[in-house]
Amino acid sequence: MTDTFAAPAAFTPPTRFAVPGRIAVSNRSAAVWQTATLTEIRRETPQAATFRFAVPAWAGHLPGQHLMLRLIAQDGYTAQRHYSIASAPDDDGHIELTLDHVAGGEVSGWFHTEAKPGDRVEVRGPLSGFFAWPGDRPALLVGAGSGVVPLMSMVRHHRARGLDVPLRLLVSARGPEELIYAREYGAETTPVFTRSAPRGVPAGRLAAAHLAPVLAGSGLPPGGWEAYVCGSNAFAEHASRLLVAAGQPVDRIRIERFG
Amino acid sequence: MNVTRGFTGRPRVHHPGLPPGQYDAGDDWPVLSAEVTPDLTPADWTFRVDGLVGEPRTWDWDEAHTLPESRYEGDIHCVTSWSKFGVRFGGVSLDAFLAAVRPDAAATHAVAYSHTGYTTNLPLADLTGGRAWIAWEYDGRPLTPEHGGPARLLVPHLYFWKSAKWIAGLRLLDHDEPGFWEQNGYHERGNPWEEQRYSGD
Repeated sequence: MTDTFAAPAAFTPPTRFAVPGRIAVSNRSAAVWQTATLTEIRRETPQAATFRFAVPAWAGHLPGQHLMLRLIAQDGYTAQRHYSIASAPDDDGHIELTLDHVAGGEVSGWFHTEAKPGDRVEVRGPLSGFFAWPGDRPALLVGAGSGVVPLMSMVRHHRARGLDVPLRLLVSARGPEELIYAREYGAETTPVFTRSAPRGVPAGRLAAAHLAPVLAGSGLPPGGWEAYVCGSNAFAEHASRLLVAAGQPVDRIRIERFG
Repeated sequence: MNVTRGFTGRPRVHHPGLPPGQYDAGDDWPVLSAEVTPDLTPADWTFRVDGLVGEPRTWDWDEAHTLPESRYEGDIHCVTSWSKFGVRFGGVSLDAFLAAVRPDAAATHAVAYSHTGYTTNLPLADLTGGRAWIAWEYDGRPLTPEHGGPARLLVPHLYFWKSAKWIAGLRLLDHDEPGFWEQNGYHERGNPWEEQRYSGD
């Protein structure tokens, strides 16, 4: 005769927000601050630049994950921020971040006015499995401004691994000169210009008409999309409402908002 | 710690209310929910307390408003590093709801859950003693949907992901059970003064 101990059944709320974590997160790597050495700076737009770092002991990440970065002043004062990782996992100990120059931002301000290759900062991560995309299911990516950064990690991963799983990116920018990664996009991407657009392209907000081709008829992949939305809160609210109205299940919309 | 060449940072403000690693967000109140903001009216809203209690109970909007009004004026702290000073919330102390259901002596923790299905776990001791509220007013006005309206949990002494938006209920348990962010690598308790951001901190 053996005693049996029933494990307590996990509580499941009676409502839908499935959005479970996409991956199990190891916190051993996330618990440690590591030195990241800046190796390269590339300008993307007048407001945004990409910063490449060598992080030799980087544990690897999945597209969509973020990290925490901190800068330390002489007197010990520190400033730390969460940033999405822009690069695809590449196993060679490098990561890239793309940062907007935020008015009055002490961290982005340092990066945009002071930083140069050879400088060292500290990072911990990768963090959070919620917004991660391992490349395992169709992904509909909707971003605005620098909200495209974690989505670009997914696009790059999709290309680097030659994945067959469908992936589409809708990226909103004020105008062509403010479109981050403009030269890298391919057939998977539809840019949406809100203020000024190239000749022959209408300017305007992301609208139902942009979503219809991928959320209806033959554009909808078998099993549907996992939607990833990233941008300002105003954009995230707008885009997520459009997605729901177009039929995307509410429990398959993952949102990352700036803040 | 490596000093960052050329980094001076903002002017030093010695604010005793600012936990380590946080900055003052000023007038900003960032919205960071991971899910679609639900269309939830006061008429749709309910709040239930069950699990290890003498008498499970569900309140609707009007019933909840018959409980004694209680206010919180103070600070809130988000794990993403911003803090906001001098916020004013109005609602009902969670003690008033708990008194009505009579928690079992065996209850040690709770899972708070939202009308969206979001969950977060808390020790019961963090929800009692005048330190937690069901809040439906902010700055004297109805709480807006993107900030959790019509009503949210408010546990201001912990990082703000514990203050579940669109609160639907509490289930009292005799064990700790990780909620949404806690399963995604965040700390079980989330005390900003001990910088309990991530699991293992």
